[in-house]
Amino acid sequence: MTYTLKQLSDALASRQVSSREITTAYLERIAALNPTLNAFITVDPDRALAEADAADMARAAGSAGALTGIPLAHKDVFVTEGMLTTCGSKILNNFVGPYDAHVVSQCRRAGLVLVGKTNMDEFAMGSSNENSAYGAVKNPWDLRAIPGGSSGGSAAAVAARLVPVATGTDTGGSIRQPASHCGITGIKPTYGKVSRYGMVAYASSLDQGGPMAQTAEDCALMLNVMAGFDGRDSTCLDHGDEDYTRDLNTPLKGVKIGLPKEFFTAGLDAEVAAILQAAIAQFRTLGAELVEVSLPKTELSIPAYYVIAPAEASSNLSRYDGVRYGHRAADYKDLNDMYERSRAEGFGAEVKRRILVGTYVLSHGYYDAYYLQAQKIRRLIAQDFEAAFTQCDFILGPVAPTAAFNLGEKTNDPVQMYLSDIYTLAVNLAGLPAMSLPAGFTQQGRPVGMQLIGRYFAEAQLLGAAHQFQQVTDWHTRAPVLTPLN
Amino acid sequence: MKWEVVIGLEVHTQLSTCSKIFSGSSTAFGAAPNTQASAVDIALPGVLPVMNRAAVEKAICFGLAVDAHINRTSVFARKNYFYPDLPKGYQISQFELPIVEGGHINIVVGDTVKTVQLTRAHLEEDAGKSLHEDFQGMTGIDLNRAGTPLLEIVSEPDMRSAAEAVAYARALYTLVTWLGMCDGNMQEGSFRVDANVSVRPLGQAELGTRREIKNLNSFRFLEQAINYEIQWQIDLLEDGGRVQQATVLFDPDSGETRVMRTKEDAHDYRYFPDPDLLPLVITEADIDAVRATLPELPAAMAVRFAETYGVSAYDAGLLTQSLALAQYFEAAVALCPQGKLLANWVNGELAARLNREDRALAACSLSAARLAGLVARIADGTLSSKLAKQVFDALWDSDLDADAIIERDGLKQVSDSGAIEKLVDEAIAANPKAVEEFRAGKEKALNALAGQVMKASKGKANPAQVQDILRQRLQ
Amino acid sequence: MSLSTTDVSRIAGLARLRMNEAEIIAAQGQLNGIFGLIEAMQAVDTQGVLPMAHPQEASLRLRPDAVTETDRRAAYQAVAPAVEKGLYLVPKVIE
Repeated sequence: MTYTLKQLSDALASRQVSSREITTAYLERIAALNPTLNAFITVDPDRALAEADAADMARAAGSAGALTGIPLAHKDVFVTEGMLTTCGSKILNNFVGPYDAHVVSQCRRAGLVLVGKTNMDEFAMGSSNENSAYGAVKNPWDLRAIPGGSSGGSAAAVAARLVPVATGTDTGGSIRQPASHCGITGIKPTYGKVSRYGMVAYASSLDQGGPMAQTAEDCALMLNVMAGFDGRDSTCLDHGDEDYTRDLNTPLKGVKIGLPKEFFTAGLDAEVAAILQAAIAQFRTLGAELVEVSLPKTELSIPAYYVIAPAEASSNLSRYDGVRYGHRAADYKDLNDMYERSRAEGFGAEVKRRILVGTYVLSHGYYDAYYLQAQKIRRLIAQDFEAAFTQCDFILGPVAPTAAFNLGEKTNDPVQMYLSDIYTLAVNLAGLPAMSLPAGFTQQGRPVGMQLIGRYFAEAQLLGAAHQFQQVTDWHTRAPVLTPLN
Repeated sequence: MKWEVVIGLEVHTQLSTCSKIFSGSSTAFGAAPNTQASAVDIALPGVLPVMNRAAVEKAICFGLAVDAHINRTSVFARKNYFYPDLPKGYQISQFELPIVEGGHINIVVGDTVKTVQLTRAHLEEDAGKSLHEDFQGMTGIDLNRAGTPLLEIVSEPDMRSAAEAVAYARALYTLVTWLGMCDGNMQEGSFRVDANVSVRPLGQAELGTRREIKNLNSFRFLEQAINYEIQWQIDLLEDGGRVQQATVLFDPDSGETRVMRTKEDAHDYRYFPDPDLLPLVITEADIDAVRATLPELPAAMAVRFAETYGVSAYDAGLLTQSLALAQYFEAAVALCPQGKLLANWVNGELAARLNREDRALAACSLSAARLAGLVARIADGTLSSKLAKQVFDALWDSDLDADAIIERDGLKQVSDSGAIEKLVDEAIAANPKAVEEFRAGKEKALNALAGQVMKASKGKANPAQVQDILRQRLQ
Repeated sequence: MSLSTTDVSRIAGLARLRMNEAEIIAAQGQLNGIFGLIEAMQAVDTQGVLPMAHPQEASLRLRPDAVTETDRRAAYQAVAPAVEKGLYLVPKVIE
């Protein structure tokens, strides 16, 4: 079951295997291992097999595309018609999607087989996946560890080979950080590349969907399906179609990779730093040139992000009021009471915290000091990158200060949790593309990823660099050994 | 103490687009509940707004018509509050950078023309409707109206009486319907007025504390509500009280206003730029394209009517109250180039009749051509004004033209001087006293004699001719 | 800067989140911790810096004024907590 998307695609194309066979195998693996990992909120075998049969028929009819018949899981943030879409929240515990998100319909159109919806931090708020109303996800490499968040279910599912590919979303690192912690590859595209239509909003100016898979090549194939113009999202860019696999075989000779000095400081775990140094050396042998760059406002990305994201979230989550869908409290004495109880019962602790922070920073008298100041710092952060990219083609750095920490370790300390987002937030504030790819393992056996950040719209080049790295390393091929619960 | 009233209006005009401001739902009025509420309108998780071009064009059109500044960049903001008819928990509006800033509108109150300055006009979405009929003690929510485009037009506090406020609201109403940007159906809520009212001692520079009367959907209620509010505030102040800032509702049944909420429980709307919508950028080309479609505006048309047709400024103003009326007049005057006389009839008899029957011009069967036919017969002396009124009544009730009615009813004015001379001589013979008085210099006596002649002719004698012949005979 | 329990309870009210006294006190501590982190921002001189609301310097795309939606009330109301005669029901709204 360690086949990559590419391998499955080739096997299907050469008729060595049918989609039904592949899908059945993955469904069996999900049935065996998901009770241990809790990576899925919803699995729908009947629907998956029906889609697999349709895919096989399409192939027989000669109308199959590259990814037709390949099983896929969507993060439960993507609205799916006829399937429960909870966003990891109790407030949507009965919400069966009445429409398909753009990403969902793109995948459907490409013939991918939807097996289910993956677990996630509630409304994508979190870095450990412990903020799910449907229970924490476990890291397949070490069941004591968090898988990362918020796309922890997708990351764990791909790492445990429950699916060859899954979708994720990244608002402050939610694709990259769980990819890093689970030893897989994931890319957050430039803001505006993937339509947000039907992607339940957390922080609208930061949210971006992207693929999570074993390899950069798989991510490129999947991004070909996910990305593209959609008129239903006013922030979606109309750049025409592009082939994200086009630079996979472009050599790295002469490419300049920037190492931000602010990313390699005492705050970075020594073991992670050593793994990154080895990866850097690997890039050097591939012909890349390493240069030191500076992103002086890195530390400010934490306060700026934790003002902007909660502010947008506080407003985005106002629609969950128990009127048109979602949880409504059983007992209430009037309208206001209904609102307050439904929301208090429906939202978890972290979501409430961010709603409160966001409400406060937007409230009368505080807007300028917090929200506006954060927006100004956001520009300074974007300018830092702009300056750095005059000296290099990519930026390389850590994804997180440490490998996956243990479940429960930081649950009661939101500030510690927020601080661990230090290397990923700035990318979202600037709207740049960035990815995480496996770079090694700690002594304890937990995966460590590295982050590659590109210029705006440089997804293909980023994926190319990652692919070149994966041609000479095997971190991405390693899979955890898992035994089913009895 | 003498008090000065200060009024500013905020008017919500529904823009007459086919589809909603941020979704492709129909804006048609009167559909079954929630059948015109799309995923975007009911704010399902994950949906996003996409701006309607026509709403932008209508806002530009308004800005040009009131000589305002069109902001080349404007920004949509979220106004956050919870209410069941507001599905997202925020209204998409414009806050710091509205599409239109400044501008002015002239109003006529009595004999004076006054200019009301506009603060701004911004685009926003309408909310749904709460239906309070009893659903087991619950309120029903219909979101068909949610997302209908609105242009909220905010005036400066330039009005000093309810009459001025009504004149302004009417002028604005004329303009937005004239421009075709709003259907003007006030019963359906297409034109809704909020009035900010305060009073201050005459001569005081500082404004008094205002109260805002919400959601007035007729000019009559607007006037009643403001007048009630003014008196209420003056009474309170004269009793030594202080006005508290508040939002109030007008109850048409009692004729009173009552407090909805005070400043203490005022909302904290937490406005911020909507991250789902990028800045709205308007180019010179966009503005030029709208300008090219701009119709002749009421004020310009009134000036032209006065200059071209010799209509008084007052009449020209009345004729340009609505585009339909102005077009009616222009159609009539093309057939009968008697502008002044036509204006009298359109603004007089026709307007009175429509008003009495509470009928719109469009629903009136008296065409411009038939009215022109009547006025032509007045102008050429066929009809006296008295006979003309009779013909007008007959025109109203039939589909005949004026000539056919004159023929049928024998209403032709007698201008045969022989016949009139005969009647004049009889009148002189029968009224020696009046003749004597006239000769003694009493002008009025002539009118009495003329009256006798008219009476004898059953009103058909040409009154001017009667006067002339009387004078000849009595000299 | 530090939030009082009054501040917390005011914003909880604005956000329509029912919180009891113990929850308010707990939230106060956590929020003050978070704002401790956020305060670092205040030391930065941002004079003359334009606020950045969107990652891209693009302008709003406009769609043509056309009705593209059909009636999907039945599907949308299938997931609604309370409906009658096509209306969403809420506790009596008093104006």
